[in-house]
Amino acid sequence: MLSIDNLHASVEDKTIIKGLNLEVKPGEVHAIMGPNGAGKSTLGYVLSGREGYEVNEGAATLNGKDLLDLEVEERAREGLFLAFQYPVEIPGVSNMEFLKESVNALREHRGEEPLTAAEFLKKAKAACKQVNLPLDFLKRGVNEGFSGGEKKRNEIMQMILLEPSLCILDESDSGLDVDALQVVADGVNSQRDGQRSFIVVTHYQRLLDYIKPDFVHILADGKIVKSGDASLALEVEKSGYAFLGKAYEEADA
Amino acid sequence: MSEQIEQALSKQYEAGFYSEIESDTFENGLDESIIRRISAMKNEPEWMLEWRLKAYHSWLEMEEPDWAHVDYPKVDYQAISYYSSPKSMKDKPKSLDEVDPELLDVYNKLGIPLHEQEMLAGVAVDAVFDSVSVVTTFREKLHEAGVIFCPISEAIQKYPELVKKYIGSVVPRTDNYFAALNSAVFTDGSFVYIPKGVRCPMELSTYFRINEQNTGQFERTLIVADEGSHVSYLEGCTAPQRDENQLHAAVVELVALDKANIKYSTVQNWYPGDENGKGGIYNFVTKRGICHNDAKISWTQVETGSAVTWKYPSCVLKGDNSVGEFYSVALTRGRQQADTGTKMIHLGKNTRSTIISKGISAGKSNNAYRGLVQMGPKSDGARNFTQCDSLLIGDQCGAHTFPYIESRNPSAIVEHEATTSKVSDEQLFLAQQRGLDAEKAVSMIVNGFCKEVFKELPMEFAVEAGKLLEISLEGSVG
Repeated sequence: MLSIDNLHASVEDKTIIKGLNLEVKPGEVHAIMGPNGAGKSTLGYVLSGREGYEVNEGAATLNGKDLLDLEVEERAREGLFLAFQYPVEIPGVSNMEFLKESVNALREHRGEEPLTAAEFLKKAKAACKQVNLPLDFLKRGVNEGFSGGEKKRNEIMQMILLEPSLCILDESDSGLDVDALQVVADGVNSQRDGQRSFIVVTHYQRLLDYIKPDFVHILADGKIVKSGDASLALEVEKSGYAFLGKAYEEADA
Repeated sequence: MSEQIEQALSKQYEAGFYSEIESDTFENGLDESIIRRISAMKNEPEWMLEWRLKAYHSWLEMEEPDWAHVDYPKVDYQAISYYSSPKSMKDKPKSLDEVDPELLDVYNKLGIPLHEQEMLAGVAVDAVFDSVSVVTTFREKLHEAGVIFCPISEAIQKYPELVKKYIGSVVPRTDNYFAALNSAVFTDGSFVYIPKGVRCPMELSTYFRINEQNTGQFERTLIVADEGSHVSYLEGCTAPQRDENQLHAAVVELVALDKANIKYSTVQNWYPGDENGKGGIYNFVTKRGICHNDAKISWTQVETGSAVTWKYPSCVLKGDNSVGEFYSVALTRGRQQADTGTKMIHLGKNTRSTIISKGISAGKSNNAYRGLVQMGPKSDGARNFTQCDSLLIGDQCGAHTFPYIESRNPSAIVEHEATTSKVSDEQLFLAQQRGLDAEKAVSMIVNGFCKEVFKELPMEFAVEAGKLLEISLEGSVG
């Protein structure tokens, strides 16, 4: 599925990722935790190809394809989905119009017929329902005037519709109350089918009570410094990142 | 991504081809004898010639305006030919079958096959090729309804009393430098008269095309909607590529008598010049309508072409309870410059006006909105709402807003809202992360931005406008 080998990446000449290795197999859920500034969000941006995020060394492949060689939209069409921490608004472009174009762009890439308006609407309505968004959200501009929680749920709705093979959730729990967190987690869990893989980036252990990870990695100073199972998250919850010692202090500085 | 912008914006103009049709063309230059010759070619009555000459003498006294936020080399008015007509049109074709196949081919290249249009949307087309109207269709159907839709030169012959009464009544000969020039030398354009209480049975459409090298294009359009009548008029244009700058100084006058309703829609896609701004059309247009009691005039424009645009479709709300509307999308890219907007002159009581302007700037272009809302002393209860939004693509373009508000009536209400935004990297990234390519993403964002205006366009025009924006924006990612 996803294979990251000795990845080094920088933003504006500042090296953020410093030799990261990660292997994600089909159906696995990997949680990435770590102190502020460790490079958690950067990893998602680098993998999805955001402009300004330079790869200086290393490799990353998704289903055998060299990710780093592809344009942003090509990576998406290969099945990479990034749920944004702060989704941006696109005024005047309805969610419906936007998602239909997206779904059909992905279908075209897979050599499938585009969905008709009626077929799409049916799927979209079901997805809306699943994340507890009223149907009129489909008609509203993309993220236009949505609350923080609505934006997060809208991201999960998109994930459900686009059926990616690898989902990267970038702090999808931040700013959510318990109920919204449950909705987001339920949406994610509903998409776990033994094939689809997830990288859950989070600052807090709380989300992992709802989305059970197979692996937990601690990212500090651009590297994975510790890996373990779900119990590692609980350990972090209890005693913080102090065990990281010097690496933590550097990252936090 | 700015490289992508550069690439996309350096794209060749799609309608840039030049067709070879023989033309009758006057030698360059302008003096009284040229005006006399134009008038004679058109077999005009004496009053029309006098009207032209008066305009010419006023023009000689006037100065070219320089207040607009545009910058272009001085036009040499003596280096322009003021008359050109396709030669094979001398014996005026009665139907499309008689039309020069090469001419029809030009339209086909532009994707506006007249044959199809005839059958399709029920649109009557008065196609203007350079300065002479060559094809007028659906004349009979309109005739049954009592609607007059013909070249203005024909109207001067056939309906002199109507033309004499209304020409220059909304845009006086001396209104401005370009209007005066147009009044002196206009060679053709359309005339529309909708009789009392008649709802025009179809949308009226004129496609303009400037084709002859180095000829000025001076269209004159006059639309008179008599009491209680309705008409929707579509104007669309595109021009082939060339090196010399071409001057276009059109005048459009609309008269909406009591309870009449005129909707005037424009899609403008003239050659904008090459990447250095060389060779594009100068579009200096005066468009104005007058509303009598309870009448309504609605201007909708989608402006994507021309090197320099100077254009302010306006409404004089003279009658009580009359309504003026202006919906505009102006897109500039490359080195294009646009200074466009509207004037809403509220004279009558309870007059209302709405202005929705969407400016999109890309490349190294400059896009200015200039609008005047004037509330006269007798405009009790008048209202205006203005919304003026600018969208920037890339970091080398400019958006400017020059709103003027003058209120001489304490009961009048004027609202002005303005925003400036950018197609942001975040928006593009979001769309691309969802599998859309950058071009599609930009076109979607821009279409979303223009939505309020597009919904005012007649259906077939809205589709065309969307397509036009897409073509104009291909790859303009920033």
